Amino acid sequence: MDAPRKQSALVRWIDYRLPIFSFMDHELNAYPTPRNLSYWWNFGSLAGFMLVLMIATGVFLAMQYTPHADFAFDSVERIMRDVNWGWLIRYIHMNGASFFFIVTYIHIFRGLYYGSYKAPRELLWILGVVILLLMMATAFMGYVLPWGQMSFWGATVITNLFSAIPIVGNDIVTWLLGGFAVGNPALNRFYSLHYLLPFLIVGVVVLHLVALHQHGSNNPLGIDRKGPQDSIPFHPYYTIKDLFGMGVFLIVYAAFIFFMPNALGDPANYIPANPLQTPPEIVPEWYLLPFYAILRSVPDIWLLLFTIPAKTAGVLCMFGSIGVLFILPWLDTSPVRSSRFRPVYKWFFWLLVIDAFVLGYVGAHRPEGFYVLLGRAGTLYYFFHFLILLPLLGKLERPRPLPASISAAVLRAVPAASGKVEHA
Amino acid sequence: MRALALAAGLGFALLAGPAVAPAQEATPPLPKQAWPFDGVFGAFDRAAAQRGFQVYNSVCANCHALHLVAYGDLGPAGPGGGLGFNLDQVKAIAAAKPVPDTNDQGEATMRAALPADHFVSPFANEKAARAANNSALPPDLSVIVKAREGGADYLYALLTGYKEPPADIKLGEGMNYNEFFPGHQIAMPQPINDNSVTYDDGTPATLDQEAYDLVNFLAWAAEPTLEERHRTGIKVILFLLVMTGILYAGKRRIWAAVH
Repeated sequence: MDAPRKQSALVRWIDYRLPIFSFMDHELNAYPTPRNLSYWWNFGSLAGFMLVLMIATGVFLAMQYTPHADFAFDSVERIMRDVNWGWLIRYIHMNGASFFFIVTYIHIFRGLYYGSYKAPRELLWILGVVILLLMMATAFMGYVLPWGQMSFWGATVITNLFSAIPIVGNDIVTWLLGGFAVGNPALNRFYSLHYLLPFLIVGVVVLHLVALHQHGSNNPLGIDRKGPQDSIPFHPYYTIKDLFGMGVFLIVYAAFIFFMPNALGDPANYIPANPLQTPPEIVPEWYLLPFYAILRSVPDIWLLLFTIPAKTAGVLCMFGSIGVLFILPWLDTSPVRSSRFRPVYKWFFWLLVIDAFVLGYVGAHRPEGFYVLLGRAGTLYYFFHFLILLPLLGKLERPRPLPASISAAVLRAVPAASGKVEHA
Repeated sequence: MRALALAAGLGFALLAGPAVAPAQEATPPLPKQAWPFDGVFGAFDRAAAQRGFQVYNSVCANCHALHLVAYGDLGPAGPGGGLGFNLDQVKAIAAAKPVPDTNDQGEATMRAALPADHFVSPFANEKAARAANNSALPPDLSVIVKAREGGADYLYALLTGYKEPPADIKLGEGMNYNEFFPGHQIAMPQPINDNSVTYDDGTPATLDQEAYDLVNFLAWAAEPTLEERHRTGIKVILFLLVMTGILYAGKRRIWAAVH
């Protein structure tokens, strides 16, 4: 209640009835934050910024876009040519999807490295995984809207996954598409959902933030704050640090928007959708490639008496690859959060990062020969990492001793008298 | 633990494995051209693009539509400032094209195109296009530069890549051999040769010159707002650099007390 006291009578009048100013003061100004957060902690607020930017640009695109199989492609090109600054809004949105995923993936891997999913932040993590799932669905449906070749055939491949459901699978696909193939009804419902889901994401993000503020941020040491000497207020320290990081991020993002706006996309999506002509390769956007690789890598699986056909197994494994993230807080048995004090896990973390890139690389290629082997090895390692390695490692690994407190570790790293500022 | 390390090592060994053998229908790598619209300061060469329009208009337009572009786009009111033709030139270009319309009695008529009309397509529909082209469909060229891997370099290579087929290759009926076309067999016969057009500005119309000019025109057609994008981008990046510098100074200052 510090800020309202300094505020005008009007602010106090409002705050007495609707404590919005106290709330902001509590959650932004006075909110205690570990003093040792590194730049890896910038990516959460960057993801929030991208969500707002995507909704803002999307609302304006929706004013000019025509969700009809006959007009969608040309209406996007009309935005590029005839709508004032339309090219800018579209390129911000189109590349925004990629950059939203870049910051989100870094945010997730940061959580994996520093054990941010461990008690008491399990629900915070699970809400994050829900956001990831919603993002994937939103991005997939958004990619369908320009109605290019990859839009159409990507939609065909992905909706066909539901035909893997036993007995009723094909009926479900027909029901989902509103027809026997991807067509105008599917485009219309994808458009509707593409506009709806981002607002669901906003809702889950609010919950994500509520859960975050309950116990505050984890930190590079992975130990709890033990007192006021370990904390600094969020504002101004992390507002300015986040803003500086956002500046660096925007420079990279702008370089893509203005100078290589199509570098991350597939040229085939500038060919209007043609249901009679399958493109030589159907690939999703880069951010879904690792999951696509898992989907296509899995062979028939024999379980004692019956077989799971490769298609069903692939679908199960693809959803399972996100599914394991939901139970990650209980799979990782180590009581130590930060990899700084986990000498063995640290190496396997980086192996998982490499594995994600390998799967992405495999996902971009036809599943033939060498790529099948590589895809299977990558898929196996992915599940091995989460399902076998993490439970065992917590028991087998001997962690390094933890520092007594955040401030002790920080102050030891930076000699107080030294004029030079070094980063802890 | 040793088993884990072994599994990890195995993973690495797989990663380091040999690259895949190239596919059978390998095309040679695309020769890179220096395009005036490439790079941060890239802008259209309007003289070349106008010559390219002449090539499109007298050769390509017989089979290939360009329906996203309007005649007026060529003039000063076009997106990104147009292709450099003045309004009288644009009106003359449009007036030479008949477009279907209806009169006040609701009867189908033809009239001369206006600058607001989009480029008239050579065929009424896909069936007519296929019937006239040995059942192949000539693609619309509006965004062709963005719709092909390799973009402008690919189109230039394709236009100049017609060759006698190697002895061991049997061409399908009505097909032509092109070094850079995926699979090498292309339905389109070599579209331009030396002196396919006589340039209004007197430039010698070699095959290379025509191909270069045409790709310049198609690059403009694919994204007429490209120059505006580059100009805006430079300003935005400069602004962001200054802003980020100031934010960094602010960050150092605010954090000085904590470190």
